[in-house]
Amino acid sequence: MAVTKLFGAAIKRREDPRLITGRGNFTDHIRLPGTLVMAIKRSPHAHARIVRIDTSKARAMRGVVAVYTGQDLVDKLAPVPCAWLIPDSDLKLTPYRAVAVDKVRYVGDAVAVVVAEDRYVAQDAIEAIDVEYEVLPAVVDQEKAMESGAPQLYDEIPNNLAFHWKLHIGDFDAIWNEAEVRLSRRLINHRLIPTAMEPRGALAAYNPGSGELTIWCTSQNPHVHRLLLSAVTGLPETRIRVIATDVGGGFGSKIPMYAGEMIAAAISRDLGRPIKWIETRQENCVATIHGRDHIQYVDIAARRDGTITGVRVRAYANMGAYLSTAAPGVPTWLFGLMLQGAYAIPVIHCDVYGVLTNTTPTDAYRGAGRPEATYLLERMIDILARELGMDPAEIRRKNFIPKDRFPYTTPTGLQYDSGDYEATLNRALELVDYSTLRRQQAELRQQGRYIGIGFSTYVEVCGLAPSQAAGAMGFQGGLWESATVRVHPTGKVTVFTGSNPHGQGEETTFAQLVADELGVPFEDVEIVHGDTEMVPFGMGTYGSRSTAVGGAALVAACRKVKEKAQRIAAHLLEVAPEDLAFENGRFFVKGAPDRGMTFQEVALQAYLAWKLPRDIEPGLEATHFWDPVNNTFPFGCHICVVEVDPETGKVDFLKYVAVDDVGNVINPMIVDGQVHGGIAQGLAQAVYEYAAYDANGQLLSASLMDYAIPKASMLPVFTVDRTVTPTPVNPMGVKGAGETGTIASTPAVVNAVIDALAPFGIEHIDMPLTPERIWRAVRERSS
Amino acid sequence: MQITVTVNGVTYTHDVEPRLLLVHYLRDVLNLTGTHIGCDTSQCGACTVLLNGKAVKSCTIFAVQADGAEITTIEGLARDGQLHPVQEGFWEKHGLQCGYCTPGMIMTAVDFLQRNPNPTEEEIRHAIEGNLCRCTGYQNIVRAIQYAAEKMRSGS
Repeated sequence: MAVTKLFGAAIKRREDPRLITGRGNFTDHIRLPGTLVMAIKRSPHAHARIVRIDTSKARAMRGVVAVYTGQDLVDKLAPVPCAWLIPDSDLKLTPYRAVAVDKVRYVGDAVAVVVAEDRYVAQDAIEAIDVEYEVLPAVVDQEKAMESGAPQLYDEIPNNLAFHWKLHIGDFDAIWNEAEVRLSRRLINHRLIPTAMEPRGALAAYNPGSGELTIWCTSQNPHVHRLLLSAVTGLPETRIRVIATDVGGGFGSKIPMYAGEMIAAAISRDLGRPIKWIETRQENCVATIHGRDHIQYVDIAARRDGTITGVRVRAYANMGAYLSTAAPGVPTWLFGLMLQGAYAIPVIHCDVYGVLTNTTPTDAYRGAGRPEATYLLERMIDILARELGMDPAEIRRKNFIPKDRFPYTTPTGLQYDSGDYEATLNRALELVDYSTLRRQQAELRQQGRYIGIGFSTYVEVCGLAPSQAAGAMGFQGGLWESATVRVHPTGKVTVFTGSNPHGQGEETTFAQLVADELGVPFEDVEIVHGDTEMVPFGMGTYGSRSTAVGGAALVAACRKVKEKAQRIAAHLLEVAPEDLAFENGRFFVKGAPDRGMTFQEVALQAYLAWKLPRDIEPGLEATHFWDPVNNTFPFGCHICVVEVDPETGKVDFLKYVAVDDVGNVINPMIVDGQVHGGIAQGLAQAVYEYAAYDANGQLLSASLMDYAIPKASMLPVFTVDRTVTPTPVNPMGVKGAGETGTIASTPAVVNAVIDALAPFGIEHIDMPLTPERIWRAVRERSS
Repeated sequence: MQITVTVNGVTYTHDVEPRLLLVHYLRDVLNLTGTHIGCDTSQCGACTVLLNGKAVKSCTIFAVQADGAEITTIEGLARDGQLHPVQEGFWEKHGLQCGYCTPGMIMTAVDFLQRNPNPTEEEIRHAIEGNLCRCTGYQNIVRAIQYAAEKMRSGS
C-alpha cells in the first residue's frame, strides 16, 4: 500500500490555474490557418423519405466553399459504427449513415453539410438548402413501436426490435407461486439529455502531402475515437492523431463515435483544408446522445418478514433511431447484472427489449444502466416496506448482503469485491438524526405539513473491466488501461496515461500517486493525457474507471521503474538489490543508511549509462497495461429529506445526506466534488429534467430554456461523509467515485417525496416529480 | 462598421459585420478564447464578461453595441500575476471540475461581489442563477464565492 504523504491529501488541483485564467485548451480554442467552418443541416422531421435536396442556392453564396449531401459522402465514410455487439440477443445492427441518404429517422438526423469561410455564412447557407421530404408516420414510445402496425424504421428490422436480451437466474415462477407477498408495478425511467456545458465539436486537419489526419475533438476516449475514425475513413490508425486535452464535461456523451466528427474528418481529407465544426446547444440537445428511457415491468416476490426472494423485470429500452457506439450494452449488461443491488436476492429474471424509435439515439449517460437498476430496486423496496408496514431502513437492513459474505458472488455472476452496507446506513441514519426526524414528521402531519424521508442504499459496478468480461459481453474492445512512466535524467517524471479526465482531476490525483510511489516531489510529476501521438494507448475515461484502472496502471508502471532503479542503485553501490531499502525518494543500504543514492541520482546514472552493466538497458521508463481481475463495487446510503406542499406540489429540500464508500480516497476534496455533482444530476432527474417528445417526434426540450438542468438556487447543500472499505482489486484499494452520486440520488429523492405524500395514499408517481405531477396526484387521491 | 473597444486595458479598432456577436468578436477576432460559448439562448452564462464593469452575456450583445466600451474578460482579471480573489476562491474551494462554465461564473461573481460584498448563501445562489454548471452541483462554487467575499472584505 502506497499510503504515504500525498495519498489522502486534499491537494488543490493543478488543472485549475489554466482553467480559472481562461487558458484552457478546449477544442474550439484551437486555431489553424486556412480553417473552414462546417455546419450541418438537420432534419426537422422525425421520420421522412428524402425526395430531393437542392443545394444550388447554398453553393452560389459568397463564402461557401462546398456543400455535401449524404450521397456525396457514401464513398468517403463507412456507416457510424456500433461497438457493443451483445451476444445471444438476436441483435440487429442499424445502417447508420453519418449523413442520411434516403431516409431520416429522427429530428436532428443530418441531411446536408456546408463548408464556408465563416460561421455566419455557413449558417446562412444551411438555411438556403432546400430539402423536399415525404413525411412518414413516426413513433417515439418504445412500447408502441413494438405493436403491430407501428411505423417501421427499417425494412429489415421487424417490429423495430433491435434485440431481446435475457438473463434468467433461478426458477422465478416457483418462488413467485410460493411467495407470501407479490408486488407488480410499472415504472418509467425517463429520458435525459447529458448536457455537458461544452458542446461537442472537432477541428479536423488532413495534410494531403503526408496523408496524416490530426483531429482535435471533444472525446472521453481519444484512442477509441482514433480506431473508429480509422475504420470509417479507411485511413490507417498510424496516420490519425486524435487530441482532446481539455474537454468540457462528458458524462458519457463524449464516448460515442458521432456523425459530426466523422464528417469533419472526411471533408478535411476531401478538400485538403482544416475543417472546424462546433455544434450549437440545440444540436447538442437533438444530435448528441440521450440517456435512460426505460419502461420497466417489475415483479417482486417476498416473505412477510420483508425478505425479498426474487425479482423479475421486463424492460423496454428506447434505443432511439440508431444504435449508438456502446448503446446495446447499457440497458442490458450494465442494468441486468445489477438487479440484486445491495441485497441477498437469490432469483433474478430479466428480459430487455431494445427498441428503435424516431428519437435521438440513447447511449451511456452518467451511471449508464446502473441508475435504471438502482431506481427500480430502491423504489420497489420502499413500496414493499409500505405494503408490509415496515420501516424503509429496516427492510433494507434485513435484505443486505452481510459484511462477512464478501467477496460475494451475485446470482447474476458478478463478484462484489468488498462491502459493509450496514455501516453506511448506520452512519447516514446518525447524520440525519433519523428517529428525531420521524417524530417531527408525525408532529408536522398533525399540522398539515408534509415532510418525507427517502432512502437509497445502493451498490454500483465501476472500474469497468476486465477485458475477458468485456469480450464475453460482446464489447468490441479491451477494458484495460495503460500508463507510461518516463523518468528524465533530472529525475523529473512524465506520465502518459490512457485515461482522459475531463473534470475528474486526475492530473492531480495521478501526480499524487506517482509522487508517493517514486518518492519525488509532486511538482516534479507531469501528467499527459488526451493525445494519441503522446500516449501509447488508452481506453479512456468513463464508468468510473480512470483511477481504479488507469491509476492502477500507473502505479504498476511506477513499480517497474522503481525496480529497475533499484537494480541500478545496487550495482553502483556494489550491493545486491535486495540489500537496499527505499524511503523518501532515496535508496540506501539496509543497516548502513549513509550509503545511498537519491532517485534523481539514479535517474541521471540511468541516462549517462557510463557505469551500467551490460544486462541493464540505459534509460528509466516503463509501460504497464493494467487489466484488473475484477470490477470494483462502491456502495453507500443516501438519505433525502423534503417538504412537499400539497397545495402547489412544490418540493423543498430540507436535508441531503450521502454516506458513500468508494474504498480508499486519494484526494478527498476531489471525491467530495464528484459526489456533489453526481447527486445534482441524479436529483435533477427525480424532480427537474425531462427530455420530452411530442407524438410526432419533436423534441420539446431542445434548448436550455426548456430542458431544466438545475440552477444553483434549485439545489440543497449536500452533507457528504464516507466509510472506507478498500477493494482488493487494485494496489491502491480505490473503487471509483464518478457515478455514485447519480446512481444513488434519484431514488432517494423520489422515495422522500412519496414518503411525504403517504397520508394522501400516494404510492408512486413517475418522474420527474414536477409540481404539476404532484399536484395532480394529490388532487386525484383527494377527490 | 468600425468599432473601438478597450479589452483588458488594450484598445482595438476593427471593422466588423453589424451582426457579429460580441463573444465571436472576442474569440475569433481578438483570440481571447477564455470566454466560452455553451448555448444559443443566453441561458448558460459561459460567455459572461464585464462591460463597463457590469457582467453581461457576450452572446447576447452585438460587437457594435460595445463600441466605446471597456471590457474585461477572464484573461484580464488577474493583475501583475496575482489572481483575483474570486479566481483564488475557485482554486481553493474546488469550485470547478471541467472548467468550461468557470470563466463566466467567475466574471458573474466578480460583478456580484462589487454590488454585494457580504452576501448570504442564498444571495449567492440567486446571483449565479444565470450561469449553469453541470459538474459541481454548485456547492463548492458557493464556497468559492464566500471565500472571495471574505478575502475582499478583509483586504479592503
